Amino acid sequence: MGIEQCYAFLQTAPGPGFDVCFMLWTVIPALIKAIPVSLFLVFTSGIIGNLMAVPVAVARVSHNPVLWMPSYAFILLMRGTPLLVQIYLIYYGLGQVFGDMTLFGKPLMRALPFLREGIYYAIFALSLNTAGYTGEILRGAILAVPHGEIEAGKAFGMSPWLIFRRVTLPRAIRICLPAMSTETILLLKATALASTITVYEVLGTAQFIRSQTYRIYETLISAGLVYIVLVFLLTRLMNWLERYLNKDRERPVSMPRAQVAKP
Amino acid sequence: MNPQPSLWSLMAYGDTGFGDEFLKGLLFTLQISLSGYAVAFVLGLMGAGAKLHGNKWLYRAGDLYTTFVRAIPELLLILMVYYMGGRALTALFVGVGLAGQDFQVTPLAAAVASLGLIYGAYLTDILRGAIQAIPKGQLEAGRAYGMHAPMRFRRIIFPQMIRYAIPGMGNQWLNITKDSSLVSAIGAFEMAFAAKSAASQTKHYIFFYSIGALCFLAITIVSMVALQQIERRASRGVRRA
Repeated sequence: MGIEQCYAFLQTAPGPGFDVCFMLWTVIPALIKAIPVSLFLVFTSGIIGNLMAVPVAVARVSHNPVLWMPSYAFILLMRGTPLLVQIYLIYYGLGQVFGDMTLFGKPLMRALPFLREGIYYAIFALSLNTAGYTGEILRGAILAVPHGEIEAGKAFGMSPWLIFRRVTLPRAIRICLPAMSTETILLLKATALASTITVYEVLGTAQFIRSQTYRIYETLISAGLVYIVLVFLLTRLMNWLERYLNKDRERPVSMPRAQVAKP
Repeated sequence: MNPQPSLWSLMAYGDTGFGDEFLKGLLFTLQISLSGYAVAFVLGLMGAGAKLHGNKWLYRAGDLYTTFVRAIPELLLILMVYYMGGRALTALFVGVGLAGQDFQVTPLAAAVASLGLIYGAYLTDILRGAIQAIPKGQLEAGRAYGMHAPMRFRRIIFPQMIRYAIPGMGNQWLNITKDSSLVSAIGAFEMAFAAKSAASQTKHYIFFYSIGALCFLAITIVSMVALQQIERRASRGVRRA
């Protein structure tokens, strides 16, 4: 089937036909305007979630049951239940709690209007979820830190906290960087779920236009394109970050291996 | 004085509670997860075959498939399959005359197709890695015995591929059960949908979403235990260092 036939086929489909101009001049600009919302979700919940992952991972590797048991339960809960249900539980559940509360005699939701916005609940849910997933990754990385390095720290007379801050954590972060960059891509894809709680990020905007115009192909294909570009750019960014943080281990550029190997 | 009825009475089985809705949702979740996984396995085998065949174009097709599916959010892919695929299929069937005007793609079919499509891409790479892990000499030995390709696949590749692929495939099974909750967006009555409808009817959001989450957690835990058994069984007879 050539392009013309494809186009003609799409025109015959029930509902409005495929309109390239509508897609290029209406849908895509609207979605590009929504990209900052998606990226805001990725970076805020990525940063909060990864920071929360550190205590989760540390508690998880501890031998003290008071520490590792809650951490284990948290990780199991976050990894064992769908993100969608977590988002619903936090958005509607906290809404139910906040709905009954009052602040200085006024209903809480009216006193603090930002509590009505879905985006904060989305950030909260995504952060918790990231903390669970990254916590498990970081746990593996902490266990993979070579023992000798920690012993060296002890031999220097470093306190356990100093060893953790200067040896274990930086080393563990480097070990789990590849897994973390995969996790960040997954987080970007997960932000699409925020559209289910009225956050107008890329997919939310596309869904809004779709429901207003009944144009299916233009909106969904555009959203797909935008996500593909975003994932591509984010992958590049994470690769750069990985290289930047591992700078000291790069092979010197001046001595390419091929030249050395040849007699 | 009539005391406030306990929240648990809302989980009653029958007209007065949501127990039957949850059970229906649980069964639907398992149904779409299992069928979607079966579709994904077939697609994954085809994708792995395409990527390993050696033909440049087959490789590119497989690569395009996995790249696209990995880059697009699962929710968007489900919507694409349901709305776009559904409408195109309807246009095609009605146009060719295979079906009447009232032909419609059901949420169940769309759910299975989209979950299969998504996880087919993940299984493609897992199965490809597993096939590559099989020592080449064994395939050559099979060829030397005069085995034809289907027999080599059945007797040499498949049993070993499964063993290498089990950890990855198990992870994807856990993921597919969780991602099956996304098909509630297209109106399929699975467990997240059951929880949502129960919660919005009674305004007991925390209670019903917690129940929904616990049901998913139960699926995950049971699957994890089962996967451990499967892994042990698949590695029987394998010498350990």
